Amino acid sequence: MADTVQTWSPDLQGSLPGISASASARRGLRLFMRRRSSIAFLMCLPLIVIIAGLVLYPACYSIYLSMLNKAQTRFIGLDNFTFLLSRDVFRQVVEQTAIFALSAVFFKALIGLITAHLINNLPAKGQRKWRGMLLVPWVIPLALSSLGWWWLFDPTHSALNYVLSSLGFDEIPWLSSPYWARFSVILVNVWYGAPFFLIMYLAALKSVPEQLYEAAAIDGANAWQKFIHITLPMMRNIIAITVLFSLIVTFANFDIVQIMTAGGPRNMTHVFATYAFMLGIRSGDLPLGAATSLFMFPILAIAAIFILRGVRKRGREIG
Amino acid sequence: MAEVALRNVIKRYDDVEAVRSISLDIPDNEFVVLVGPSGCGKSTTLRMIAGLEEVSAGDIYIGGAIVNDLPPKDRDIAMVFQNYALYPHMSAFENMSFGLKLRKFSKDEIKKRVDHAARILDITELLDRKPKALSGGQRQRVAMGRAIVRNPKVFLFDEPLSNLDAKLRVQMRTEIKRVHQMVKTTTVYVTHDQVEAMTLADRVVVMNGGVIEQIASPQDLYHHPRTRFVAGFIGSPAMNLIRCRLEQNGVGLRVRISDAISLPVPAPLSARYQALTGKELIFGLRPEHITEPRRSDRDQQSEFTATLDVVEPMGMETMVYFTVDGQEVCGRVEPGSAKGPGEAMPLYADMNRMHLIDPQTGLVL
Ligand SMILES: Nc1ncnc2c1ncn2[C@@H]1O[C@H](COP(=O)(O)OP(=O)(O)OP(=O)(O)O)[C@@H](O)[C@H]1O
Ligand SMILES: [Mg+2]
Repeated sequence: MADTVQTWSPDLQGSLPGISASASARRGLRLFMRRRSSIAFLMCLPLIVIIAGLVLYPACYSIYLSMLNKAQTRFIGLDNFTFLLSRDVFRQVVEQTAIFALSAVFFKALIGLITAHLINNLPAKGQRKWRGMLLVPWVIPLALSSLGWWWLFDPTHSALNYVLSSLGFDEIPWLSSPYWARFSVILVNVWYGAPFFLIMYLAALKSVPEQLYEAAAIDGANAWQKFIHITLPMMRNIIAITVLFSLIVTFANFDIVQIMTAGGPRNMTHVFATYAFMLGIRSGDLPLGAATSLFMFPILAIAAIFILRGVRKRGREIG
Repeated sequence: MAEVALRNVIKRYDDVEAVRSISLDIPDNEFVVLVGPSGCGKSTTLRMIAGLEEVSAGDIYIGGAIVNDLPPKDRDIAMVFQNYALYPHMSAFENMSFGLKLRKFSKDEIKKRVDHAARILDITELLDRKPKALSGGQRQRVAMGRAIVRNPKVFLFDEPLSNLDAKLRVQMRTEIKRVHQMVKTTTVYVTHDQVEAMTLADRVVVMNGGVIEQIASPQDLYHHPRTRFVAGFIGSPAMNLIRCRLEQNGVGLRVRISDAISLPVPAPLSARYQALTGKELIFGLRPEHITEPRRSDRDQQSEFTATLDVVEPMGMETMVYFTVDGQEVCGRVEPGSAKGPGEAMPLYADMNRMHLIDPQTGLVL
């Protein structure tokens, strides 16, 4: 009893600085442990380390790599980047990636929104069936379905062209004419990605309170006005987030283009990832490939900042 | 400005009949309250008037015209929902003006009307705020404002106050009454709170199990309930309902409620109840009519003594509970005269206020 009283007496602490320092350190640790956020952080730490290892290390390494010469023997600063910017093909890749990603995301979002609406208006029993069927493109491994499409587009065996010609139309050079090839890869990307939007929008639609529509009906809104004034504003955040997410994924798309056209004809369908693959792996200039793929980063970061800022602002307002 | 009428309106959901043949006439400018226990079909009735639910059978008239097949927007009604249903992404001003905007009112007219409604409801300073930045009572006002600006034929309220705390509820109740006095409009108001019903209504419609039990003014409802349900539902604490037998006693009648207690039926009522002599009935008397013997001109025979089980002082009065033949009975006495629990207390029943109910039909006789 006497001991415990003594440890807490202030003059004893003053006379024995070593002990009091270790005691206060222990107290600090105890306080630290008692905070919920600290414990949460500690428990997440292993995961954070793993993720850092898997994401941060390659990212830093690729930045380092992009500043070497082709043989990876010499540090050349930003020469790879300036070299890329001076090349016509690279500018074409930037342009095609932008067209590819923006139009694909736009149509995915549009189609997702429309189908989500259609399904949401079906009676509950039919909904599950349609939802399941429309999700199929998304669950098939992309490499496989791309091969399937490639076959549909194949110049000699094209099933699509067979149907077209039997209906009396001209055959279409799906993958061999540059502009049709651009169209085809976008088409397949939309086909693959729309179900993701569908499922997200369907969930978002169901979360809009029914009473808002009833209030709007009494206020005099027709179906279209309800959509414009209630549904869209209520879904703006989920639309923003899905679009951002899809932009990132589509910007970095590799499988579809690689399998269907490998960037051809005349490099017209190259996107960042396939172009980087061609430079880095096919032609063996790893640093140049790394530099190519790094170009995606600032573009996506800026888009993300703007979109997320809007999301946060609306989140605070609507809640 | 319009009268509303329901003619044999029925609503069926698959196999359940939520509303069974309701008929109701609401004159212009009247404030009618639908009241009843949970699940009795109040909301369903209101929503059918609004056009949010289709009627399964029967007709609904607004301003003399059948509106059965009109969508809500063409019925010229405005509705205030229980959870307000404000558009979260719009400011209070936009919420209130949305209906006018869709109806292509000019900007000036919209502004004029919203400002007017905002002044009535005292929310002028809040017009720029989003619903999230408003308190429950303020949201409620905005929701009412949204109804007022439209200047509709009929106001519909579905339990508008039940999300508010007790104090605010009383305040908003007065507010609604004040607004109705300023903006005379036919109003149908749904609540399960009988105090709201009694204080707000010109006429109260008591519903139970999908049917109307009684339509009457609050006073009538309280003093002349038509059915056992209404007798027990209206009034707090509820009317005492005690099994009894009507006995002939010389020239008069007596209500026997237990072996020990029988109370005389006042002479003016005897003629009405004469035919019921000997029957098993239910005797109804409100707590405020069971008091300590207080008036000097009272009928001594209506006095009895009961052993109190529970005594609840309320300040202005004290509630005393005792048992008669296994049934709990409540009386309302002067605080000074109340005895403690377990003690015997002389009590007096004001038999002029008695009701007799037929247990078979549930009708007040
Ligand atoms: N969409 C529906 N499908 C099936 N039954 C329903 C539906 N809506 C309401 N009901 C039933 O109809 C009856 C009346 O419902 P209603 O909502 O009108 O009750 P209420 O009087 O408003 O009750 P509360 O005071 O709880 O709001 C209830 O038994 C309810 O279960
Ligand atoms: Mg209800």
